[in-house]
Amino acid sequence: MKYVLKKLLTMIITLLAVSILVFFAFSLIPGNPAISRLGTEATQESIDALTHEMGLDRPVMVRFGEWVTGILRGDFGMSYSYNQPVMKLLSQKLGTTILLSLMAILLTVLLAFPLGIYMARNSDSKLDIALTTINQIIMAIPSFFSGILLTLIFGVTLKVFTPGAFVSYKTNFMGCLGYLFFPALSIALPKVTMVSKLLKDTALSEANKDYVRTAYSRGNRTKAVFYNHVLKNAMIPVITFLGMTFADIIAGSIIVEQVFSVPGMGRILLTSISGRDYPVVEAIILILAAFVVVSNLVVDLLYHKFDPRIHV
Amino acid sequence: MKRFKAVSTALLILATMAIALCGCKGDKTEDSSSSITIGIPQDLEDSLDPHKAVAAGTKEILFNIFEGLVKADSKGDLIPAVAESYIISEDGKTFTFTLRSGVKFHDGTDVTADDVLFCIAKNADASNGEPLISAFSNIDEYKVDGNNIVISLKEADPDFLQYMTMAIIPKANDKADTNPIGTGPYKYVSRSAQENIILKAFDQYWGEKAYISDVTLKICANADSIVMDLLGGSIDFFARITSAQVAQLQNADFEILEGTMNLVQAMYLNNDFEPFKDVRVRQALCYAVDQKEIIDICFDGKGSPVGSSMFPAFGKYYIEETNDVYNTDIDKAKELLTEAGYPDGFSFSISVPSNYQPHIDTAQVIVEQLKKIGVDAKISLIEWDSWLSDVYVGRNYEATVVGVDASSMTARAMLERFDSESSKNFVNFKSEKYDELIRKAIASTDDEEKTKLYKECEWVLTNEAANVYVQDLAEFVAIRKNYTGYEFYPIYVMDIAKIKPAK
Amino acid sequence: MIGAVLTGMVVILALWGAIKTPYDPMAMDGAAKFSGISLRHPMGCDQFGRDIFSRVIVGVRETMLISASVVLIGTFFGTIIGTITGYFGGWLDEIIMRLNDAVLAFPSVLLALVIIGIFNSGKYQLILALGIAFIPSFARIVRGEVLKIRNLDYIQSVKLYGASDFRIILVHILPNLKTVLMSSVLIGFNNAVLAEAGMSYLGMGVQPPNPSLGRMLSEAQAFIFTSPLTAIFPGIIIVIMILGFSLLGDRVGKKS
Repeated sequence: MKYVLKKLLTMIITLLAVSILVFFAFSLIPGNPAISRLGTEATQESIDALTHEMGLDRPVMVRFGEWVTGILRGDFGMSYSYNQPVMKLLSQKLGTTILLSLMAILLTVLLAFPLGIYMARNSDSKLDIALTTINQIIMAIPSFFSGILLTLIFGVTLKVFTPGAFVSYKTNFMGCLGYLFFPALSIALPKVTMVSKLLKDTALSEANKDYVRTAYSRGNRTKAVFYNHVLKNAMIPVITFLGMTFADIIAGSIIVEQVFSVPGMGRILLTSISGRDYPVVEAIILILAAFVVVSNLVVDLLYHKFDPRIHV
Repeated sequence: MKRFKAVSTALLILATMAIALCGCKGDKTEDSSSSITIGIPQDLEDSLDPHKAVAAGTKEILFNIFEGLVKADSKGDLIPAVAESYIISEDGKTFTFTLRSGVKFHDGTDVTADDVLFCIAKNADASNGEPLISAFSNIDEYKVDGNNIVISLKEADPDFLQYMTMAIIPKANDKADTNPIGTGPYKYVSRSAQENIILKAFDQYWGEKAYISDVTLKICANADSIVMDLLGGSIDFFARITSAQVAQLQNADFEILEGTMNLVQAMYLNNDFEPFKDVRVRQALCYAVDQKEIIDICFDGKGSPVGSSMFPAFGKYYIEETNDVYNTDIDKAKELLTEAGYPDGFSFSISVPSNYQPHIDTAQVIVEQLKKIGVDAKISLIEWDSWLSDVYVGRNYEATVVGVDASSMTARAMLERFDSESSKNFVNFKSEKYDELIRKAIASTDDEEKTKLYKECEWVLTNEAANVYVQDLAEFVAIRKNYTGYEFYPIYVMDIAKIKPAK
Repeated sequence: MIGAVLTGMVVILALWGAIKTPYDPMAMDGAAKFSGISLRHPMGCDQFGRDIFSRVIVGVRETMLISASVVLIGTFFGTIIGTITGYFGGWLDEIIMRLNDAVLAFPSVLLALVIIGIFNSGKYQLILALGIAFIPSFARIVRGEVLKIRNLDYIQSVKLYGASDFRIILVHILPNLKTVLMSSVLIGFNNAVLAEAGMSYLGMGVQPPNPSLGRMLSEAQAFIFTSPLTAIFPGIIIVIMILGFSLLGDRVGKKS
């Protein structure tokens, strides 16, 4: 219990560090959001007036203070571009991106674990060699490119889904899941290959260790040794890797959302960065970072369970 | 065995997912007659208030929601809209507009003279520096006279009617930038940021009602997925696709319409940047850049070369001969560079907004062409917003490839910016002769003289090689064959109300 | 063996690209636009009539340079941070790992976007952005492994013999990281190639008209229906590159 509490505390500190990094990073970016909003017809007077109206002429520390206290109240401020509260703007998009990421993680685990275990158990069999080769080829395809290929094959040619015809999870949950299947798959594919390869490699190197040989020589059944010792130990680096993959999966969704026209956080993030809509960018990064940090916490706890030697 | 179960469970879940997604194929094409999904390249991020919106991409949509006392038709002529008729006094100083009776706002209220006065006052307000419409500083007084609105000017201005396309909005609406209410053929329903904007035909519209009742404007920020969205069926219409995208749509279920974008694409030069201060250097670049090659390589030969800041759709102001001043001549270019003191060339960077593929392509060809005269140009892709703040407002750049369009059908909208005093003179062009001509042209009350002066301005821009002019880009519109009736305008608008179901 | 051959091929291409190309990779030829495979142009030409083969070999060089620099930055700083924090633990570990987690919580593309938002896009900015983004994951992997090794009996006994911390790290811990590092470096290299492609897809990184494999691939997708050649060759080369390195990695991994 003490361990969990300690982890929670460090998680909060991490989030604080993230929020400081985020806020000040965006105060450094060149470009005045007021100019972006006024566009080509901007005059110096109108820029000054809008800068003042948006409160951008106040000291950065004051703005940071207001921002943090606002977030604690669940208020991320107003979007510059849309004149709407940031949370209202993001609520549905947040759900979409998280749903997409969770689906991608689920797909990764569902595909990678059986695959990795199979390849470790039957290493150097013909099927293993074939799988390894396919694996390695898939690993080499950038996710946006596999997304394009999936759209081309299943969307345009086979017409299994309509590219771009996204439905919100609020109106049609199953339909939304269905549309997100291919984006999730193209995010998951490279992760599947990496996780299964790592699982295989670590399991094999674990299987060559002395204690395993000893266990075998004592006449233990191969299967039991494999599942009880080899796999359990091989899980540690795999879980670490999976934990780090969450951040990658979210990054992947930012790109893949563009390919499949999924109206998630990725699109609004890109336009907000270039639109200098800081409140929106800061909120998105903070939320995504929180998602990653929480999933890392889960990984740490799992870690703890699998390898009691590690006490941080 | 346990593991085998895990594998089969995993496969089962995958299969279920696959079945679930098969069941959800888009069924939106069935009811195509009363709805359409239109792809647009960016969200309407600036403002939905028609008086504050500035981006061309926003204005072209708002055209469907708002109208002025007069509005442009597809030939670019002004026709009465919220006003039923208008009279211009003989001295050109007094404009009398008669309000059309029975014009309603989208919220069901009647348009009153009060609303019109409110809009004029809002756009003429100079308390923040310049008024929203700078030509309104010429208004002497405006008043209501029964059903008429009478505007008197300090000086006659033949272009003044153009500015009366200013949108009429209800005085009572205090949330104009988030809840737009106008009098146009379509009314605003809702929006979802970076996803879509929903419009519905306004059934109490005073004029010819829109044919299609439900319009979804879907934001397709990623240019590369437009073709797939069209082919896949999630959008039915997209204006301004590239010739490469057109090639991808051949043999598909689309009609491709061809028009012009009505802008001047050029490599705009910062005239304050050291080598470009010398007119001979600017001329050398013009001689080195081959417009035809650019149009052939990047745009399959579609596009009209221009030689000054004016495009062909402007008719009477456009001078075709300006194209022939700098016919490609590498030797001449080298000679000019040597005269200017750069016999071995020099290097500079071209800032190009990263969301406009045609400009990026053009810049790439220009870089190659300039190599022939020993000039080393480097492309630097920047975000559109950095372009606005650094290039346009900050003027901190060396050269940039963009297209400049006209905010109204007036030569002034194209040419006024090159006045050395203008806040919009982002190229820092300085010519006393030009300043004199353009000021005379704006002040002139005689249309013939005005036209002549504007044309002289164009010649100055050409002869002084203010910029390396390239072309007015060809515009391609893809429209699904279930629909027809789309019309091009000589200004940057997208008239959705004219689109109707085919057959 | 296959890995070595494939990697060798890619390296030769990269070296070739560094010395000479059959055509100027930037030279345009309107007449050769989208022309197919021929003796003059073994991989055909792109939308500007540029020779794809010349662009591919220069692109391989660029992509390898970027990815290798990114991995180098990531491994170097990641190993230092991971070893120190993992071995010594304590408050230093706490602080550095919290910062590390904070950076790790930014998805790498996000971090790269922010950095490029500040410095504008370009090759070196991309290397810097991705390099920084790669450090935390290496640090975390190394730290996990160091934690494991640190508690092994033999390290404890070496400690009892009075070996200095520096010696233990250098002689007993770093060599033991080899397997984990090797597989992380290879995964990292492949990730870097993919990240470069992803960033190019979003319009950052190498600036046109200069080629990199990612840049070429993202430019090509606009023509994928009519001229798949422009996408196929850069795509195949990326696959060969990553395949070669991971096969080679497997071999090295097995030997050690």
